[in-house]
Amino acid sequence: MATPEAIGWVGVPLAVIAGAIRVSTPFLFVSLGECLTERSGRINLGLEGTLVMGAMSGYGVAWLSGSLWLGVLAAGVVGSLFGLLHGVLCSLPKVNDIALGIALMMLGTGLAFFLGKPLIQPAVENLPSINFGWWSDIPQVQEALKINPLFIVGIILAPAMMWAFRNTRWGLIVRMVGDSADAARAMGYNANTVRVLATVAGGFLAGIGGSFLSLYYPGSWNEGLSSGQGITAVALVIFARWNPLYCLYASLLFGGAGALGPALQAVGVTQGYYLFNAAPYILTLIIMVASSSSRRRLAGAPAELSVTR
Amino acid sequence: MNAILPPPPPEAAAPRALSVETVSITKRFGSFTALDAVSIRIRPGTVHALLGENGAGKSTLVKCIMGYYRPDEGSVVVEDREREIGNPRDAHALGLGMVYQHFTLVPSMTVLENLVMARADVPAIIDWAAERRVMEEFLSRMPFGVPLDRPVALLAAGEKQKAEILKQLYLDSRFLILDEPTSVLTPGEADEILGLIRKMAAAGDITVLIITHKFREVTAFADDVSVLRRGKLVGGGSVADLGIDDLAQLMIGAKEVAGSVSRLAAPADAHTRLELKGICAEDDSGTDALREVSFAVKAGEIVGIAGVSGNGQIQLVEVLAGQRKASAGEVLVHGEKFGATREETRRHRMALLPEEPLRNASVARMSVAENMAFRRFDTPPFSSRRGGWLSRKAIREAALALIERYNVKTQGPDAAIGTLSGGNVQRAILGRELGEAVDILVVANPVFGLDFAAVAEIHGQIMAARNRGAAVLLVSEDLDELLELSDRLLVMSDGAIALEVPTAGADRVAIGRAMAGH
Repeated sequence: MATPEAIGWVGVPLAVIAGAIRVSTPFLFVSLGECLTERSGRINLGLEGTLVMGAMSGYGVAWLSGSLWLGVLAAGVVGSLFGLLHGVLCSLPKVNDIALGIALMMLGTGLAFFLGKPLIQPAVENLPSINFGWWSDIPQVQEALKINPLFIVGIILAPAMMWAFRNTRWGLIVRMVGDSADAARAMGYNANTVRVLATVAGGFLAGIGGSFLSLYYPGSWNEGLSSGQGITAVALVIFARWNPLYCLYASLLFGGAGALGPALQAVGVTQGYYLFNAAPYILTLIIMVASSSSRRRLAGAPAELSVTR
Repeated sequence: MNAILPPPPPEAAAPRALSVETVSITKRFGSFTALDAVSIRIRPGTVHALLGENGAGKSTLVKCIMGYYRPDEGSVVVEDREREIGNPRDAHALGLGMVYQHFTLVPSMTVLENLVMARADVPAIIDWAAERRVMEEFLSRMPFGVPLDRPVALLAAGEKQKAEILKQLYLDSRFLILDEPTSVLTPGEADEILGLIRKMAAAGDITVLIITHKFREVTAFADDVSVLRRGKLVGGGSVADLGIDDLAQLMIGAKEVAGSVSRLAAPADAHTRLELKGICAEDDSGTDALREVSFAVKAGEIVGIAGVSGNGQIQLVEVLAGQRKASAGEVLVHGEKFGATREETRRHRMALLPEEPLRNASVARMSVAENMAFRRFDTPPFSSRRGGWLSRKAIREAALALIERYNVKTQGPDAAIGTLSGGNVQRAILGRELGEAVDILVVANPVFGLDFAAVAEIHGQIMAARNRGAAVLLVSEDLDELLELSDRLLVMSDGAIALEVPTAGADRVAIGRAMAGH
């Protein structure tokens, strides 16, 4: 990689854009999955665990089978199983979705570390990227525009979900269950079934997000892989007001803010490196405070969500 | 469609309205008999009123018809054929539909989305343009319309009610049960909707069973009436043959109803105790709920606040209780600025009975005695002057005295207050609030859901507080209650005071118009 000094300070915004594209993918998948689950009226805080399990199992299956895409699929399936566990347990009487989510977060990370021990050594090839930067001679631009296919899937998925919430029977059923379980019941839909399915689908997406971590960027399996990205993505959904398109924008914003620290370091700004690394979190706090009010409820929140009731 | 349905009759052939009959239906819950051999015949194309007090068995009966409950004995006959109705779907398949008191539309979805989703056969991908055309064509045949693209949450109560009824008609219900349909409507909206329903019934399109406890609606809009009392059918027949006195007699039975409470003359030189100056407040979603509300309440008078629910009454009580911050304006008590702190409430001897006291003024799992001590537990004799040790004995003894005096039926002062019936929770909290001398009393919907005896008792307590010289603010959705109790009446509409009249000689029509915001 050529030194960023070659293009100077222009490299910073470029690196931020590249970071937004590269780092945002797990945020995007987890937040879209959580968005779907929460729109049905449940919160799955366990997606951090699902993400780590997805990363581990995706890496493991890719290593054993030699097929990267089989690894991605396996990560999704493992994520669905975690979603199924959450969904089914939450359907039992007196089970609180938030407490259970935290338990599953612990279980997922713990289990992944346990099962993933033998996977720290072997190196698995990474997912291929598609080069959209062929038109440029500048290596930084080429580097920034090497886009992974999962990101492309994600940016198609966000508007597709948005469309589905408005125009498909299943989308409307999910919204109905999330906003008024009574109304859904009166129309003959079983709220629990819908929520279990929405949690399974959400888990699938989170699992895929996990496989991105181990198979594309950073691209290997270790225990510090996620560093709380799953739980951040869950918070992103509230920030994005339960809107899939806003989830996409929020993920990009987070990815970009996360790339700010390294990019500044690359052009020689070394002071406050750790502070810049905290940029996404400071940004979240600022936006949350600015967009919230103590007097009113969150707009757009599904009415059945236990935190908004 | 469903196999048990005969092919639909050709358009505008035989009348479409269904006849429904309950044959000797009995329903027991444990040892309690909720319905005792109730037989009612609802003639096709009529509006049939089901009248009765709370707990008389009205909702149990319609739930048996709609398949929510399975009767222990007896059966439901639709179009002269006995039908097995095991669940609400069976009922819908037969053409029976119900409009619930609590709306079943999804608030965040538009009317169009709600109506389409109510159908049994929603396509996997919805072609909104086509659905809209079908719906507009359907609406053009209906006597009333609703804005299709508005989210239901933004509709007025009357429009929501219309949307619920349209939903049932769209689903091709030909027998419609309306559960207290006018409880959230202004008198004008109620008359409009019931009038339209009656017209459709008279045209032979639908048969309607309407659950109500308002005599006026029965005499004005129903053809037949059946009266339930304690699970038994005690009478009924053609509305034309029965007077209001007959109906009241049937509904209440031989039970003695306390006459109107004696009202002492108000002192001529009464001081203003409570004054609101330009109070504004927002509701939870951030929209304006109170718009510059100003009024004053003097010692020895009851000021009634009338209005359809959801016009700012809840927020008004919350501001007075200190549960909601006013965004502008001020509350003055005894001429001083009032911030609803514990110290101020105590010093000004202010008492407050919010609506649904089990939810808003008590902790369900704590004991009756503890709940009754909430106002005073941190003062002697209930707690030591220093250190804050509580004297459970003093709390218990004070509670026993209040239980005795306010006639609270409880297993004892140590029972959790959540185990009490609604009327007894109301009495317990009223006892707590009125336990000591009171200068100002704020009451919201104090008798909602209570039976006649409890209503008379609580009204008596409120009037007694007034007669002792308290300034009383009574917020209620029941106009009759307000006309009976208050000295002065304010009508709230859309968060503002729309009308102020002395109760003596108040004009119901003018009040109704003010409630509707005209």
